[in-house]
Amino acid sequence: MNILVCISSVPDTTSKINFTENNTKFDANGIQFVINPYDEFGLTKGVMLKEKNNAKLTAIIVGEANVEPVIRKVLAIGADNAVRINMHPSDSYSTACAIANYIKDNPFDLIIAGKESSDYNGGAVPGMIADMLNIPFLNACNGLTVNGNEVELTREIDGGIEKISASLPIIIGGQKGLVEESELRIPNMRGIMTARSKPLEVLECNSAPLNHSISFDKPESKGECKMISSDNIEQLVSLLHTEAKVI
Amino acid sequence: MSILVYTESWEGKFRKSSFEAASYANEISQDLNTDLFAISFGLVAEEELSKLGEYGVSKVFSFPNINKSDNYNTTNFIAEYAKDAKAIIFSNTFTAKMIAPRLSSKLKAGLMSNVTTKILDTNNFKFKRQAFSSKALETVSTNTEKAIITISPNAFEIKNNNISCEIITIEDKLESQFNVIGSETNSGKISLSEAEVVISAGRGLKGPENWGMIEELADLLNAATACSKPVSDIGWRPHSEHVGQTGKAVAPNLYVAIGISGAIQHLAGVNSSKVMVAINTDAEAPFFKAADYGVVGDAFDVVPKLIEEIKKINN
Ligand SMILES: Cc1cc2nc3c(=O)[nH]c(=O)nc-3n(C[C@H](O)[C@H](O)[C@H](O)COP(=O)(O)OP(=O)(O)OC[C@H]3O[C@@H](n4cnc5c(N)ncnc54)[C@H](O)[C@@H]3O)c2cc1C
Repeated sequence: MNILVCISSVPDTTSKINFTENNTKFDANGIQFVINPYDEFGLTKGVMLKEKNNAKLTAIIVGEANVEPVIRKVLAIGADNAVRINMHPSDSYSTACAIANYIKDNPFDLIIAGKESSDYNGGAVPGMIADMLNIPFLNACNGLTVNGNEVELTREIDGGIEKISASLPIIIGGQKGLVEESELRIPNMRGIMTARSKPLEVLECNSAPLNHSISFDKPESKGECKMISSDNIEQLVSLLHTEAKVI
Repeated sequence: MSILVYTESWEGKFRKSSFEAASYANEISQDLNTDLFAISFGLVAEEELSKLGEYGVSKVFSFPNINKSDNYNTTNFIAEYAKDAKAIIFSNTFTAKMIAPRLSSKLKAGLMSNVTTKILDTNNFKFKRQAFSSKALETVSTNTEKAIITISPNAFEIKNNNISCEIITIEDKLESQFNVIGSETNSGKISLSEAEVVISAGRGLKGPENWGMIEELADLLNAATACSKPVSDIGWRPHSEHVGQTGKAVAPNLYVAIGISGAIQHLAGVNSSKVMVAINTDAEAPFFKAADYGVVGDAFDVVPKLIEEIKKINN
């Protein structure tokens, strides 16, 4: 079985988000980039399937040379080889095109992306790839078991979960539940050493975007927090009822 | 020319977010001077379908035999019925978020997700959307002929615009790319993504046995319950309740955080809430910098008092 995990390099979750060049560009100055948190669940799931089902695990990332530390970390965690498509991922569509083009030349049985990346929150890449390759797709997957050519999946729906069975190939957008938080793999010394000699192929692509990012602004900051004494909860309820009008 | 809105039902009833999407779509259709049509998958009775007229939909295409999870077929039908549509509008449900990107690729139409504004420039479909886990707003545009728009949850109000809605039923049955075996709903509670009030609790509650008062408070306010990430990681509460940057993003009218410190990752998923209340023993807890109302106090003292006071105004 051939598995592909799609990896996005995103600012560390504690990052302060700022913009430069007249608020048109994300300010990467001083920002630590990490594996997109949703992709970590898919990556660990891929490593587990590799160990159990003897699968081959490839990781793909779309980005310029500055994303290499993140993809090296993915190799250290357990991917066998990696591919970097050397282009700036300027929107979901051009990113999906780049990945779909690679898959057309190099077929995979199971493609695992994250349900969204925590920077632009588009949540669109796996669904677009599904259309480009004309294969089944499920998003917000929180459970996956593989049995030969068959897969059983659960996906989150509003207010519950849905259980689905399908045949490979399939693409999923994953999240917590694919594996548990406590199962997430982190690189160990041996992994880091072997990652240095694992293949990292760099390919060119220049797919065109559909969307154009124009500028950024930050949400207005809230006013002061009104403090209420714990002996006067009646006042809190009255403020929520008459001032904020939310209860 | 038209605007097409995707509507979603659960057990035969439209979700509230469908009416939000229809109301929003109606405003867009008025701005662009077009008709507003809707599309619905799964069995929905005529009486329920005709409710879409209350939000300005003049015609609904209903596919009772197509499962809405079957995003391959739903995408194809939407593409077919959107030939003349200028924009296709989706709410923010998990299922809508599966279809919208597929459709964007199929129609080569720009996808604007998490949109928080009406069209800012009709010549090239310009919008503002949430990005960086609501730490920023991004202005984006597309000059494709059509645009696909998914609206941010709870960002737009339901607005009435009573007209009559013609119902067109299409009985097609098609084979799906996968089998839906079944579904499980989170036990009898309000869905977190649609709740107007969310009562959320963190590690400050000490253990799962102390959630009785959280549930009681939520019941009184018709609210959904939520929790911080560590609480779901240690298994005190189900994963479906985890809110924040790596959990669900919520934007209710009222978010009450009890015993939650207010870490940046937690706030990222909840700070689009209209009003936030923090209850915490530590006066220095970062949540007080983000909240609108704060109480420095012990949850085990404050929450029972809050329950009593709310009972008084409910009566
Ligand atoms: C990559 C990454 C992603 C993350 N994503 C998320 C996410 O999506 N969502 C999320 O929530 N977190 C997330 N976190 C974790 C986050 O950093 C915090 O650790 C977490 O939010 C803290 O949860 P908490 O507030 O419940 O617990 P704590 O930080 O332990 O805070 C407990 C609070 O309760 C108060 N308290 C104690 N006793 C009482 C009492 N009796 N009455 C009232 N108050 C009391 C304390 O003063 C304290 O402020 C993420 C972290 C990382 C590294």
